[in-house]
Amino acid sequence: MIEFQHVSFAYEKDRPVLRDLSFRIEKGEAVGLIGANGAGKSSVMKLLLGLLQGEGKILVDGVEVRKDTLAEIRRKLGFVLQNSDNQMFMPTVYEDMMFAPLNYMLTREEAEARVDAVLARLHLEHLKHRYNHKISGGEKRMAAIATVLAMEPEAVLMDEPTSALDPYNRRIVINTIRELDQTRIITSHDLDMILDTCDRVILLSEGRIVADGKASVLLRDRELLERNRMELPLSIMGRPE
Amino acid sequence: MNKMQKAITELAEMDELAAQSSPVHSLHPAVKLIAAVAYILVTLSFDKYDLGGLVPMVLWPVLLFQFSDIDVRTCFYKLRIVLPLVMAVGLFNPFFDKTVLLRLGNLPVTGGFLSMLTLMLKGVFCLMASFLLMATTPIDNLCAALRQLHVPKMLVTLLLLTYRYVGVMTDELAVMTDAYHLRAPGQKGIHISAWGSFLGQLLLRSMDRAQELYSSMLLRGYHQHFHYADIKPFRKRDAVTIALCIGCFLVLRSVRIAEVLGRIVVR
Ligand SMILES: Nc1ncnc2c1ncn2[C@@H]1O[C@H](COP(=O)(O)OP(=O)(O)O)[C@@H](O)[C@H]1O
Ligand SMILES: [Mg+2]
Repeated sequence: MIEFQHVSFAYEKDRPVLRDLSFRIEKGEAVGLIGANGAGKSSVMKLLLGLLQGEGKILVDGVEVRKDTLAEIRRKLGFVLQNSDNQMFMPTVYEDMMFAPLNYMLTREEAEARVDAVLARLHLEHLKHRYNHKISGGEKRMAAIATVLAMEPEAVLMDEPTSALDPYNRRIVINTIRELDQTRIITSHDLDMILDTCDRVILLSEGRIVADGKASVLLRDRELLERNRMELPLSIMGRPE
Repeated sequence: MNKMQKAITELAEMDELAAQSSPVHSLHPAVKLIAAVAYILVTLSFDKYDLGGLVPMVLWPVLLFQFSDIDVRTCFYKLRIVLPLVMAVGLFNPFFDKTVLLRLGNLPVTGGFLSMLTLMLKGVFCLMASFLLMATTPIDNLCAALRQLHVPKMLVTLLLLTYRYVGVMTDELAVMTDAYHLRAPGQKGIHISAWGSFLGQLLLRSMDRAQELYSSMLLRGYHQHFHYADIKPFRKRDAVTIALCIGCFLVLRSVRIAEVLGRIVVR
């Protein structure tokens, strides 16, 4: 459902951030986009969402990402930002969750039914009427995921969803991601999380794809990971061969 | 929590005040907006020596406080940073204008003194009116009302983003002042030599965040329409309320209530 064809991108001339990326993600796949800091993971997502414009072609369900198709494409893609403080802008969790459905012309009743369904599914009913600035970091991350799910997107993109979370909240986020049935693209250098949530991994280094394959295989390849400034997941490191 | 973080929490609490319910809260946002603008214009139009005429204008905020269940103390507490600035505006008038206009018993009252009081009062009244508007109307509803009044989309989006931007900026300011003081222990304030880079950083960081925030709005379908705001149709009743408010302000403006009352009492 998502396809990159020879995509290149640079913020500043002569300093390419992404070089000739091509890959295809099928409907329902869960793909981990991994790489060291600055590898270009976030940029890939922003290109897909049309927040940045590069060279080459990006297709979502066969429709090219262009200015005139943005509204249609963005409706299909839910993006969980790395910093939840920047994601939530309405006073309460409830209002934030209502924002997208109402913009997409659902009635208040329909939107509210959606919001309640998502909250129930994520076991977050207690957050509904809380103020965004008065909930903890972990709660805010979950609330941010909830606002995106309330859009009922066909694909969910998450930029480092476990960054800055304690182990308990990290586990909650991981379990939530595992239970989603949408197409998922998740960036992270938390490889344990990727191993837990993704079947496939695309490894980026200095703006190029250096590996693309099964998570259970690539994430065991110590040499490959270390060459690209990453380490084996702890869960694999601790396991005898 | 440093002073800045406290200020942010308080700012965010404006949203909480605005989410309460009361007769004032349930007025149409356009009514409150137009009334507030009219009130401010009328207040500013008083002559600089017309203290007696200005004082009765206090009736409007008093009425709003009464019917909105908002505590006057909350207002003054939240405005404690801005109030002194507004009050400082007329502070030098007494030094420039020393003509004696009237006497209270033996005490001569100069034009400067009178105009200082008038200016201060005007400032306080206008601040109170703006505060009451924001404290009884969620920003998104206010924007929706502006759109109903055919204010251009771009302008309304700008207002909305500015409101959010202020939040982001105070947030970053808090983080940065904390970081600064950790590395400059015992120093009060921020040394003047660091102001330039500090301000530059603050702008860059808050602009980055504001950009992300705006992206987040766009990605969730924001297209400069306010379907998501709890918007009510503008009814005849609302127009009548506006007319009534403006009528009252004009009466307050033209009739010297104090004099009328004085005459009645004397009689
Ligand atoms: N707004 C920007 N302006 C200029 N360069 C940027 C900007 N954002 C990111 N970069 C650069 O682009 C590269 C890739 O960034 P990013 O996609 O955020 O990487 P990742 O998410 O993998 O850490 C980095 O070298 C970073 O310094
Ligand atoms: Mg990133």
